[in-house]
Amino acid sequence: MPILMELFLTFAKIGLFTFGGGYAMLSIIENICVEQKNWITHDEMMNITVIAESTPGPIAINCATYVGYKKGKLPGAILATFGVALPSFVIIFAISMFLEGFLEITWIAHAFQGIKIAVGILILDAAIKMIKKMKKKPLQICILLASFAVIMLINVLKLHVSSILVMLTAALVSVAFFLAEKGRRKEGQA
Amino acid sequence: MIYLDLLIGFLEVGLFSFGGAYAAIPLIRDVALAHGWLDDEMLSYMIAVSESTPGPIMVNLATYVGSNKGGFPGAVIATTAVMLPAFLIILFIMVLAKSLLKNPYVQATLRGLKPCVIGVILATGIYMILGNCYVKAESRVDITAILITCGLAVIYFGSRKVVKKGLSPIGLICLAAIVGVAVYGI
Repeated sequence: MPILMELFLTFAKIGLFTFGGGYAMLSIIENICVEQKNWITHDEMMNITVIAESTPGPIAINCATYVGYKKGKLPGAILATFGVALPSFVIIFAISMFLEGFLEITWIAHAFQGIKIAVGILILDAAIKMIKKMKKKPLQICILLASFAVIMLINVLKLHVSSILVMLTAALVSVAFFLAEKGRRKEGQA
Repeated sequence: MIYLDLLIGFLEVGLFSFGGAYAAIPLIRDVALAHGWLDDEMLSYMIAVSESTPGPIMVNLATYVGSNKGGFPGAVIATTAVMLPAFLIILFIMVLAKSLLKNPYVQATLRGLKPCVIGVILATGIYMILGNCYVKAESRVDITAILITCGLAVIYFGSRKVVKKGLSPIGLICLAAIVGVAVYGI
């Protein structure tokens, strides 16, 4: 099979059979791309994981683009990325056609009353897992607490401030501290 | 114009969602609330649907909002927009700047972004849980919802102490659906 076709079909399969988003996908991508197909090495997979965690966007897209480009240059990157997203697109597009009508059925509306509560817990769980994994330096802890407080305030007071603004501020604060640290070290050397 | 709003809104989401699907939820919530595309309730439903269907959660949410607001073209635009920044950044790193992520300034930026993202997710999660436990129309606390929240949280987090991997997110969603039907239906 030509490599472009194989990239597309493999990533479509990954997109179709992985539930639960990015981190669940990583282990399946590793299994298929490293162990079955030998497209990339274990070290490269580690590297992709680090890159995916440090760049924005869906982790599965990061991986598909990386592997696709490595094996098939630009056409490979496009086809692998397209492939990994296509199954979700088709499924969700179909669901979106009838979901609102579906929610008008009484017992389904009741089920979703319960599901809504589960989603809150899942979001909380995602945050707790990330807190456990993060490097707990004083500056990082301060940024976390400050962002938390600011977003709570924005929500409670119903202000129209984007989270992106809060993120950019946090990035600037961190860079400012980095520069200050660097300045101090230079002074120390002089 | 709806297509342009979808394009810009989901490009923003794709560009700033550091840390995977749950990092994108507060951003999607921002964009969707600002344009009146979804309320918190519908967003919760869609997160559950996205968790329970295959594929990246961010792509699922983009497809749903796009389709709901702009039909097939809207779905294509929103989905492409949410993926495009990730696609271009990975290409950029691979082709032009293999050491971009090792740059000290990029590292300092990420050191600020990551804890901030966690704070944003934590606040969004807690705010949504509080919102579930309060009946806005009648300005009263919803005791039933509080009890369900505590019950589900104990089962979900407690299950990890009993079984190694604990209850999966899909498992929790199914359980919550059954509890919802049982409690609100009877």
